[in-house]
Amino acid sequence: MLVRRLMTKPKALMGLALGAAVGVSAFAAGTASAQEQVIPSTVYRTGPYAPGGVSLADGYADYFTLINERDGGVNGVKFKVVECETGYNTDRGVECYDRTKNEGGGATVYSPWSTGITYALIEKATQDKIPILSMGYGRTSAAAGQYFPYVFNFPSTYWNQATAIVQYIANQEGGLDALRGKNFAYIYLDHPYGKEPLPTLDVLAAKFGFSYDRYPVPPASMTEQKSIWLKIRRQRPDYAIMWGWGAMNGTAVNEAAAIKFPMDKFIGNWWAAGEDAVEAAGGGGVGYKAATFHGAGDDYPVYADLKKHVYDAGKAAGKGDQWGRVLYNRGVANAFYVVEAIKLAQTKYGNRVITGEEMQWALENLDLSAADIEAAGAKGLVPPVTVTCENHEGQNPAVLIQQWNGKEYEIISDWIPAMADLTRPILEEEAANYAKEQGLEARSCS
Amino acid sequence: MFYREAGQFKTSYAADQQMLPIPMDRYFVIGVVLVAAILIPAFGSQYWIESIMVPVLILSIAAMGLNILTGYAGQLSLGTGGFMAAGAYMSYKVATNMPDFLPVWIPVLVGGLFAAAVGIAFGLPSLRIKGFYLAVATLAAQFFLLWLFQSIPWFVNNSVSGVPSAPPTTILGYHVTGAQAIPEAKYLFVLTFVVILAIIARNMARSRVGRSWMAIRDMDIAAELIGIRPLQTKLSAFAISSFYCGVAGALWSFCYINTVEPTAFDIGRSFDVLFMVIIGGLGSVLGAFLGAAFIFLLPIFLNNVPGWFGLEIATDIVAHLEFMIFGAAIIFFLIVEPHGLARLWQIAKEKLRLWPFPH
Repeated sequence: MLVRRLMTKPKALMGLALGAAVGVSAFAAGTASAQEQVIPSTVYRTGPYAPGGVSLADGYADYFTLINERDGGVNGVKFKVVECETGYNTDRGVECYDRTKNEGGGATVYSPWSTGITYALIEKATQDKIPILSMGYGRTSAAAGQYFPYVFNFPSTYWNQATAIVQYIANQEGGLDALRGKNFAYIYLDHPYGKEPLPTLDVLAAKFGFSYDRYPVPPASMTEQKSIWLKIRRQRPDYAIMWGWGAMNGTAVNEAAAIKFPMDKFIGNWWAAGEDAVEAAGGGGVGYKAATFHGAGDDYPVYADLKKHVYDAGKAAGKGDQWGRVLYNRGVANAFYVVEAIKLAQTKYGNRVITGEEMQWALENLDLSAADIEAAGAKGLVPPVTVTCENHEGQNPAVLIQQWNGKEYEIISDWIPAMADLTRPILEEEAANYAKEQGLEARSCS
Repeated sequence: MFYREAGQFKTSYAADQQMLPIPMDRYFVIGVVLVAAILIPAFGSQYWIESIMVPVLILSIAAMGLNILTGYAGQLSLGTGGFMAAGAYMSYKVATNMPDFLPVWIPVLVGGLFAAAVGIAFGLPSLRIKGFYLAVATLAAQFFLLWLFQSIPWFVNNSVSGVPSAPPTTILGYHVTGAQAIPEAKYLFVLTFVVILAIIARNMARSRVGRSWMAIRDMDIAAELIGIRPLQTKLSAFAISSFYCGVAGALWSFCYINTVEPTAFDIGRSFDVLFMVIIGGLGSVLGAFLGAAFIFLLPIFLNNVPGWFGLEIATDIVAHLEFMIFGAAIIFFLIVEPHGLARLWQIAKEKLRLWPFPH
């Protein structure tokens, strides 16, 4: 809209051209003021991962708009969301971080929405004392808070998710003992993200006596999966588990439908849980299951407020067409945690703009009970979470399983707890290795 | 310009054989290096140094490397990303396993040497295949190397995630890699590599080895007839080019993105560097710098423009505008001057000499 208006105004356009010449000296001057709580949002609204990125970015932005419009900010402190397009590229993500970290009174918290960018920012953000909230992605071992003070990945991690999915399969089959001798197919994006759960699956396979075959999908040819699914058809695995993202998800569900793989035995992880995974397959996707850590659909009180204060007021981010989608809800859930943490920080530091360092304290002491979440109108949408100094993944890492019924996802399971006792030692070991390489000491949490 | 190339008389061989025989050129280049080494770290903001200068300088090294292979020796390569990854992974391996007292430039150089060895192996087909077919063969290097580093946990010290963080290292007590590094130290560390490698590249181009590359490029059969051995010449181009790329890859991981990440060296990176060489100017050291600045900075510049004016244009529209203007600029420059920005600079100088009435 604005661009079209600009085009018709020769003066503005001339100013743009003139300014482009002068502007070099003013590189990275922002528009936020120091009275606003600056929330940088590194988004990817373009490129191959945009199908997920747009939903995430809109949900994240809309919830902050809601708080500004409905409550006038948190105790009078308004939010200012500063978007920066990364295109899911790590180097552009680093550039975005450097560009936005000093906006206004300084960035509050980063949610990079990309495992690659999260890895690249861990040390930088720690040094700059700005927390990273990588909700269910990024570095799994960052859950060991004594080594990663500024990185949070609650409410759950990839490793925990893998154990929960195996637990769910066991529940379906009648107990963990029934897993013995079973064969699974693990289809994953051949990328750090997709390989992240492999060590956990190895441990689980050894412990419970099942076997699994790996089917890597190269990122460069995400939509070429014919040969993989032909192999799966020959192998006839009992279940298929998928760690996919972007265009890979839709292709996989499509191919699975084409070989008539039983959809209720095909379980995606929470990044293969969007509508984009199943819409392409049409009726073939019915029955497809995926893990999630937040509610599906739009039947929550907070949505009524979103409609009233954001959508009906014409303030929705983007095109305003992401309403109720799974990844939109994830963006909302992420913003929800950030807002609750800001509220907590204000109780300690006063009703003013919270710095990154103060935000770190708040995230680390976040203790959201089911009652708190219900009071904020998000019961069922956002899981309760308790974070401590040592444990940045939350005390209750559990997932829900949702199933596609042809129109929308329905939650079909209770919370399935992860086998945290099994993942915690691997996680601590990995974190300790990292600390050794980096020459870091574990901080004391007592 | 204020001087002419004619009429610059030399009285000794040493003066005649200098790298930049015209004093004005020499002073200009020394001036640029001094500005880069003193003024920019002294007055540049953190964003400028860390997010603009450091990546552009590192990519200039990669572009110089590919320019040696493609611009001087005429061997088209699409394996740049793979060679950069070879440098990055090997430097990481060395940096995390070497005794602490060794300085950090050692792993970077070892990474470069490893990339050079890999480059020789993948350069062997160039003796039989040429042009586009060679480009496809080097594409194999790109895919194979990335696959290799992701599949063998040894390269990442058996790290579970496969994305290790660059280890913090110091020179003279200053951190130059890792997050504690102050931007200025990081920048000067990178700049040192750039200056040394640029001097070497420039000198190679005008020495025996460079001339034999150019002879092979211009007509390999004629070059063979006058006694240039194609095996050594082509493989030396591959080795030295890959060395430059390997150093660039190691610096990219250590000084810019802080992680050794396979996606940072994917096929897109190979194309980017190739475009830098083409836009900057084939067979020119200056072109490598101009091309790197153009390809890396123009998108960031375009992305920043609305912010400076406080225009609240939607992020995706800015990104799409960025793609369109960037694409148009590439076509524009290639039409105006197919020989690249370096040639444009040369023409500008010639025109200025006849100023105010160039013809």
